[in-house]
Amino acid sequence: MKTCLIVDDSRVVRRFLRSSLEALEFDVREACNGREAIASCEESMPDVILLDWHMPVMSGIEFIKLLRQGGHANQPKVVFCTTENDVAHIRAAIDAGADEYVMKPFDHDTLHLKLQLVGVA
Amino acid sequence: MQVSEASKRILAELLKSQTGQDLPASRRWRIGSALSGLSREHGIADLDRLITMLALSRRSSLAHKLIEALLNNETYFFRDRAMFEMLGDRALPDLAQARASTRTLKIWSVGCSTGQEALSLAMLFAGQEAHWAGWTVDILGTDVSQSVIDLSRTACYSQFQIQRGLAVDQMVRWFDETEQGWQAQDRLRRMVRFEMHNLLDPPPDPGRFDIILCRNVLLYFDEPTRTRAFDRLASALAPDGWLMLGAGETTIGQTSRFVPDKTMRGLHRHASLPAPSRSAETGQRAVG
Ligand SMILES: C[S@@+](CC[C@H](N)C(=O)[O-])C[C@H]1O[C@@H](n2cnc3c(N)ncnc32)[C@H](O)[C@@H]1O
Repeated sequence: MKTCLIVDDSRVVRRFLRSSLEALEFDVREACNGREAIASCEESMPDVILLDWHMPVMSGIEFIKLLRQGGHANQPKVVFCTTENDVAHIRAAIDAGADEYVMKPFDHDTLHLKLQLVGVA
Repeated sequence: MQVSEASKRILAELLKSQTGQDLPASRRWRIGSALSGLSREHGIADLDRLITMLALSRRSSLAHKLIEALLNNETYFFRDRAMFEMLGDRALPDLAQARASTRTLKIWSVGCSTGQEALSLAMLFAGQEAHWAGWTVDILGTDVSQSVIDLSRTACYSQFQIQRGLAVDQMVRWFDETEQGWQAQDRLRRMVRFEMHNLLDPPPDPGRFDIILCRNVLLYFDEPTRTRAFDRLASALAPDGWLMLGAGETTIGQTSRFVPDKTMRGLHRHASLPAPSRSAETGQRAVG
C-alpha cells in the first residue's frame, strides 16, 4: 500500500483528499502546515505528498525547499494542490522541486490522473 | 423532468439519422438533464413541447441543438497516456521511415470533441521538434457536433479542462494563460485544423490518412452502423497506416477490415496488410 501525506490547513479539503486517496487505496496521513509535515516526514517518508501553498506556521513552498535541500535518499513525489493558478506560482513550485501541480478546485479524476503522472497510482 | 415515449422516439430517430448513434433504453434516463439547458434557453419548461418544436422545426440548426445536447463529449488530454506514448515511441518512427521521401504525415482525429486529442498529438510532434524539422504534419479533427468544433478552433481551455490529463510542465510549455483561459500556442495550432463531419459520410480531405484515431466514439453505434463506420475508416487509412481505438475498444469480432497490431495494444492495421509487415516490431528504437 502506498502512503500519502496530505498537508493542508483546511479540514474540508483534507477530508475530500482523504476520501479520494482512500478510494485509490492509499494509506493516508495528515498535517495542517509545513512544520507538522516535517515532523511527519521525519517519522517516515511517504510515497507522495499533496501540498497546499498558503498555511499558517510554515507555507508549502518553504516546506518543499527544506525537504528537497534535506538530501534524503528516498525523496517523495510532491504534488502542489493550491488555489494559486498563475504561471509565476507554478514555475516557482516546479523550481522548488514540485513534481506536479493541481489548481483548486479539482475533482477525483483529475487528482487520479496527476498521481498516475508522478507514477504513484 | 419527464419525457413521453413519443418524444423519446422522436429524439432516437433524430439522433440515429444525424449521427448514426443509438439511444437505447439504458441512455434514455438522462434525456431530462441533457435538455435542461435548452429548456432554459428557449424558456420552455415542458420538454415534450420543446422536443416537438425543435425536432420538427424547419431550421435544421434547431434540431442540431437537440442532437448536440444528447451527445457525450467527454474527453481529456492524453487519454490513456500509455497509448500515446506507444504511438510516439513506436508507430511514429516506423512512419517516419516509410514517409521519408514525402516528409508529410496526415492524421485524423475522428470524433475529436473539444480538441484535446488532436492537441495531444500535436504535442507529441512538437516535443520531438528536431526529429520532425522539415516535415509537414497535418492533424485534422472532426466531429458531428458544430459547437465542439467551434470550441476546438479557439484552442482555449478552462482550468478544469487544462489540468485533466496534462502534466504541469506540458501545460506551461505549450499553453499561454489568457483572459479566456489556457490557450494552445501557435506552434501547436499550426499543426491542427477542425471541421464538422459525420464519420459515416465519405472521408474529409485529403481523404487518405497515415494515422486515424477513433476513440470512444464507436461504442455508441449499433453493430451494423459500427461495421459501416469501420468500412469508412478502412477506406480512409493508408495501406500501411494505423488505426487507434479507445482503451476499452477493439476491432475483434466487429469488422473484417482491421486486425489488432500484435505488439501494440490498441493499435490496429488493415487486415489486408501482409502479416509480416503488420507489426511495428522492426527492432528500431524510439526517436526524440
Ligand atoms: C466521448 S467523445 C470522445 C472524444 C475523444 N475521441 C476521446 O476519446 O477523448 C465522442 C465524440 O464523438 C462525436 N461523435 C458522435 N457521433 C459521431 C459521428 N457520427 N461522426 C463524428 N463524430 C461523432 C461526439 O460528438 C463526441 O464529441
